[in-house]
Amino acid sequence: MKCDDYILRVEGLKKHFVLRRSLLTKILTRERDCTVRAVDGVDLVIRRGETLGLVGESGCGKSTLGRTILKLYEPTEGKILFRGEDIAGWRGKQMDLFRRSAQIIFQNPYASLNPRKTVRDILSVPLLKRGVKDPKEREEEMVTLLEKVGLKPWHIDSYPHQFSGGQRQRIGFARALAMKPEFIVCDEPVSSLDVSVQAQILNLLSDLQQEMSLTYLFIAHDLSVVYHVSDRVAVMYLGRIVETAPTEALFEDPKHPYTRALLSAIPSVDRETRRKRQILEGVVPSSIDPPSGCPFHTRCPQAFTECRLCAPRSVEVDSGHHVACHLYV
Amino acid sequence: MLRIHNLTTEFPTRRGAVRAVEEMSLSLQRGQIMGLVGESGCGKSVTLLSILRLVARPGRIISGSIHFEGRDILSMAPAEVRRIRGADIAMVFQDPLTTLNPVFRVGEQIRESLRVHRIGTGRTSRREERETVLSLMKEVGIPSPESRYWQYPHEFSGGMQQRALIAIALACRPKLLLADEPTTALDVTIQAQILELLSRINSERGTAILFVTHDLAVASEFCHWISVMYAGRIVEQGPVDEVIADPLHPYTEGLLRSIPRLVKPRRRLSPIPGDVPDLIGLTNRCSFESRCDRRMPECAERPVSLVDVGGGRHVRCILYE
Ligand SMILES: Nc1ncnc2c1ncn2[C@@H]1O[C@H](COP(=O)(O)OP(=O)(O)O)[C@@H](O)[C@H]1O
Ligand SMILES: Nc1ncnc2c1ncn2[C@@H]1O[C@H](COP(=O)(O)OP(=O)(O)O)[C@@H](O)[C@H]1O
Ligand code: SF4
Ligand SMILES: [Mg+2]
Ligand SMILES: [Mg+2]
Repeated sequence: MKCDDYILRVEGLKKHFVLRRSLLTKILTRERDCTVRAVDGVDLVIRRGETLGLVGESGCGKSTLGRTILKLYEPTEGKILFRGEDIAGWRGKQMDLFRRSAQIIFQNPYASLNPRKTVRDILSVPLLKRGVKDPKEREEEMVTLLEKVGLKPWHIDSYPHQFSGGQRQRIGFARALAMKPEFIVCDEPVSSLDVSVQAQILNLLSDLQQEMSLTYLFIAHDLSVVYHVSDRVAVMYLGRIVETAPTEALFEDPKHPYTRALLSAIPSVDRETRRKRQILEGVVPSSIDPPSGCPFHTRCPQAFTECRLCAPRSVEVDSGHHVACHLYV
Repeated sequence: MLRIHNLTTEFPTRRGAVRAVEEMSLSLQRGQIMGLVGESGCGKSVTLLSILRLVARPGRIISGSIHFEGRDILSMAPAEVRRIRGADIAMVFQDPLTTLNPVFRVGEQIRESLRVHRIGTGRTSRREERETVLSLMKEVGIPSPESRYWQYPHEFSGGMQQRALIAIALACRPKLLLADEPTTALDVTIQAQILELLSRINSERGTAILFVTHDLAVASEFCHWISVMYAGRIVEQGPVDEVIADPLHPYTEGLLRSIPRLVKPRRRLSPIPGDVPDLIGLTNRCSFESRCDRRMPECAERPVSLVDVGGGRHVRCILYE
């Protein structure tokens, strides 16, 4: 693939957290330091201008992956290529540029906004970072930003608590957009909103994408939302990507047994789209001590000997449709 | 079995009275599953709490009646309400940890709920009780109940905690289960398991369920009837398949257009403009008026009530009066 086809590419990315126990705990409970393998070997390509959906159950590592990609966490292992260049050695100016081009929006708009700051204060920070020094110019740009995200110019002197959940999420966007980013990680941006407001925000995201040629990594646990917004979808399980495909291909013909079970569980108002439920037995194993071989083998209805022994490589089963499962090698 | 008539529950606040539930009427037959659907703050939880007379002060029930098997809960003596609570009507909450006590073993907590409601119905031995608990744990799908019995709530996953909660609720063989968003905090695969369990309980035991959810898709798969709430009032009610296929109230219609659906081709969503109103100072006019795409001058001028449009369907909208 040529480097200008994708904006970001990760290879063999790992992020492990070490949980340290105090000496006392070690003596009393015999628990030792342990490692949470939150992201455990991810290869992923994000193409310019697309929305890549990232789905999986809570704790599978979606947020950690999103943050590691942005270097908000130092990767334990693996490569991150931004516009074709390895960002590992980036410092100073280069890193600043990366920090500006790649933004993140969080689920809880309230927690991510300082309650004692007005919208003006909140938006000034990124604008100053970008070097917009003239107050008048800054003011003008803030008003433009507010209008862009569907707020009114007079909102500029309000505090976060004076806004509804949906409006706070809009402020979060305005703050991210103030950096003129190319790439935004949206970490569950609509999960805490009511459906009627959620729809407004989803439309806003898609309008902004068109207008400003943005690329999104869209993290969500709501599969209907992901189906709606994504060009391609990656399915994550226990720190690894098990399947990636164009959205419609994935929903019409899921290959990985985990994807199949996951999609079968989606509740739907439309009878014709309901699938036969495949109830998964057992619980998600811990990412402290993940299973050997395929991470899904402890719950997979189709597992065979091979699955317990070695981790399946990802193979392309159809154009752009990648699966990591021994059934397809 | 359950007939709520004109229930109004209010919370006085500094800014004025919050009518969390207003003129709520709803009835539920034996063995039925009724979904109570609406966005956050529309009064779903307060409705359930009102049924059990558990509304926290300074909130209070202002008017209405709640008949359960022919008798009005609102005019019962407190002792009698306590007997009904748990014995005939049980409740399951969204967050299991509000019910489960972290310092007691799960099995013992289920046994405790057996005992509390067995008062006066003869003695049972500890062993018999334990047997009953184990079979309950098995019924709700808790694997290896013998060892799980002795574990603490934090040793259970979220889905397992919810199962334990359901076991506690079922311990007294209730006729009616009030479930307040029992699957909202769970992953979809676990949600599917819990909904399957509740369906099974409903069909095997004939337990009626009043199921609160903000998720129209969950309600449409799981419930027989639904009541759609907006700003403290029921705006539409009817058999679930009919309401979904042919929504009458502009709010129900709007909700269905707002949710991303799994159909092809994918279309742009049509959100309902504006925000959910705050429940202070609402009048008896339609509270959806400011957001409604079919409003007429009349909507802001005269009161609107829930009308029977036939076929078990009810709507609160001037278009149907
Ligand atoms: N800062 C951290 N320190 C230790 N463990 C963490 C940290 N962040 C996440 N984890 C663990 O990593 C795993 C993945 O978490 P996360 O990325 O938040 O998952 P998701 O976003 O898919 O729900 C979980 O087991 C979580 O407990
Ligand atoms: N203890 C309380 N004090 C004041 N207002 C309350 C209280 N409990 C609930 N309310 C109000 O009643 C309305 C309905 O709440 P609730 O029934 O919890 O909504 P939901 O539909 O999300 O379950 C909300 O607007 C809420 O602010
Ligand atoms: S009464 Fe009027 S405003 Fe209310 S929902 Fe009906 S049409 Fe809309
Ligand atoms: Mg997350
Ligand atoms: Mg509630």
